[in-house]
Amino acid sequence: MSIPQSHLDAAKANRHLRGRIAIAGAATYGCGESPGMDDMTLLVRAAHAAVADAGLSMQDIDGLATCSVNSGMWTMPVIEHLGINPTYVDGTMVGGSSFIAHLLPAVRALDAGQCNAVLICYGSAQRSAAFGRKESTAARRFMDPQPYEHPFEPVLPVTAYALAAARHMHEFGTTREQLAEVAVAARGWAQQNPEAFMRDPLSIDDVLKSRRVASPLGVRDCCLVTDGAGAIVLTRADRARDLKQPPIHVLGSATACWNRQISCMPDLTTTAAAQSGPQAFAMAGLSAKDMDMAQLYDAFTINTILFLEDLGFCKKGEGGAFVQNGAIAPGGRLAVNTNGGGLSCVHPGMYGIFTLIEAVRQLRGQAGQRQLTRARTAVCHGNGGTLSSQATAILGTADTV
Amino acid sequence: MQMSAQTHYQAELDAGRFCIQQCPQCSKHVFTPRELCPHCGASPLKWVRPSGLGVVYSTSTIARKPDAGGDYNVALIDLDEGVRMMSRVEDVPPDAVHIGQRVQARVAQRDGRGLVLFHPANADTKVNGSAA
Repeated sequence: MSIPQSHLDAAKANRHLRGRIAIAGAATYGCGESPGMDDMTLLVRAAHAAVADAGLSMQDIDGLATCSVNSGMWTMPVIEHLGINPTYVDGTMVGGSSFIAHLLPAVRALDAGQCNAVLICYGSAQRSAAFGRKESTAARRFMDPQPYEHPFEPVLPVTAYALAAARHMHEFGTTREQLAEVAVAARGWAQQNPEAFMRDPLSIDDVLKSRRVASPLGVRDCCLVTDGAGAIVLTRADRARDLKQPPIHVLGSATACWNRQISCMPDLTTTAAAQSGPQAFAMAGLSAKDMDMAQLYDAFTINTILFLEDLGFCKKGEGGAFVQNGAIAPGGRLAVNTNGGGLSCVHPGMYGIFTLIEAVRQLRGQAGQRQLTRARTAVCHGNGGTLSSQATAILGTADTV
Repeated sequence: MQMSAQTHYQAELDAGRFCIQQCPQCSKHVFTPRELCPHCGASPLKWVRPSGLGVVYSTSTIARKPDAGGDYNVALIDLDEGVRMMSRVEDVPPDAVHIGQRVQARVAQRDGRGLVLFHPANADTKVNGSAA
C-alpha cells in the first residue's frame, strides 16, 4: 500500500512543532513480577517516579494521557488516584501503540498552551493479578467481538502474527533462523539490562527448538507476559531546559491504523508503519539512516523484521537478511531494542511506552552497561492490536533540534 | 424486522447458505459484512452467493493438546471474488495446508450455527457449498 502524498504533506505541516516539546521525566516500576499488585498501583508508582525524575510534583501535572485493556473509562480513576485536575485528557486506545499515539496530540496541546505538563502513563499486573491475561482475553470476546475470526479459534494475538510470518516467509524467503536472530539479539541486550525479566543465555537453536505455538512461531518467538508500568512527562522545551534531566525532544510523530482484524489487513507483509513511519520522519526532517537506535514493538519476532522494512532501514522483503549474523544484537550494525524488548525485558500487555523510556535513557546517557557510544537520535515504534495500529516517534537530544 | 449485516450473514449460514456482499455502485465484492461499501461508500450492499472457490493466502497450525482435539489449522482464504476471510482448511492434516493452495468452501454446522470451512478443491467440486 503506497502512502498518499497528502499524508506526507500533512506531516510536513507539523514541522513547526518539531523539537518544541521535550520528555522531561521517565520511569518504570514493577517490571517483571509484582505479586500482590494491581494495574493502578503499578501505574501510580511509575507516574510518581517519572514526575520526580523530572523534578516536578504531581500538582504540576495538568495533562494526562493513559488507557487500559480492561477499562474503557481508565482516565477517570487514574485522575482520581493521582489527585490531579487536568486541562488536557486523552484516553485514546489503539492497543499497545497507544502511548506513542498519545504523543502528537499532547505536543499540540502543550504548544497551544492548553496545558503545561502532560503525563503519559501505563500499568498492568497481567502476570500476577487475579484478573489477569486469561480473564481479560475471555472478557474481550464480549467487549470487543470479532465475529468473523473467533469462530475459527485463532489464538490471538499469536495466530495473527504467525499468519503474517508465514506470508513473509512465502513471499520473501524469510527463514525461521532469521526470525530466531531477532529473539537472540533481544536476549543479548537483555543480558546487559538488570531490569530485564529473562537474561539466561539463548541460542538460535534454542529458539528453533522451542515449543511450537502457532506455526511458524514457537514460544521463544513470542513476547513475555509480565507485570510492569511506565510513565513519561512532557513539557515545552524552554521549560524542560531548566528541569532536572537533559530534555529529550520530540522531533516527529504520527499514527496510522488500517484495520482491526488480521483478516481485514490489506497485505500481511506491509504494516501501517509504512504510513506512520514516513509521516513521523517527514515531520522530523530525518530518515532511518539518521537514527542511532531503533526501539521497536517486538511482540513477536516477525514484528521487528516488518518494522525495520516499513520504517526504511531496509527494503521490503530484506528484513530477514538485515537481522542476520547478530546485526541488531549488541555490537551489531544497528542498535535495536537495547533494553531487551518485549521478547526479553518486559511486556505487560501493552509495550509501547517502554520503547520511549528506553530511548530516553539511551539519549540521556543513563543506560548503564548497555549505553550506546553514539546516542543522539532514536526512532520509537509502537504496534497495537494484531498489526492493526502503528505509531512512530522520532526523539532527539538538544543538539538535534 | 431490521437486520444487521452480521445477523443476516449468520442467518444465511445457519440455513446452509454462504453469502457475501457486493456493491451496487462499484460492483466490488465486500467481506466482512458491513453497511457501507469500503471502496466507494455506497449503500445498501446487496447479498450474493460466491463461487466458494479460493486460494490460501496464509496458514498456521495451532498447537493444541491431543486430548483437547489436537493441532488444527487456521487460514486466510482469498475468494475468487476478491475478498479475504479467516477460516480453516479441513480434511487434510493442518501442516499439509499451504499458501497458494486451491480450496473450496462448504457450510458446516457447529454447535447449531453455520460456519464456512474449506477443503482442498478438486475437479468434481461443485460451487457454493453444495457438497460434492
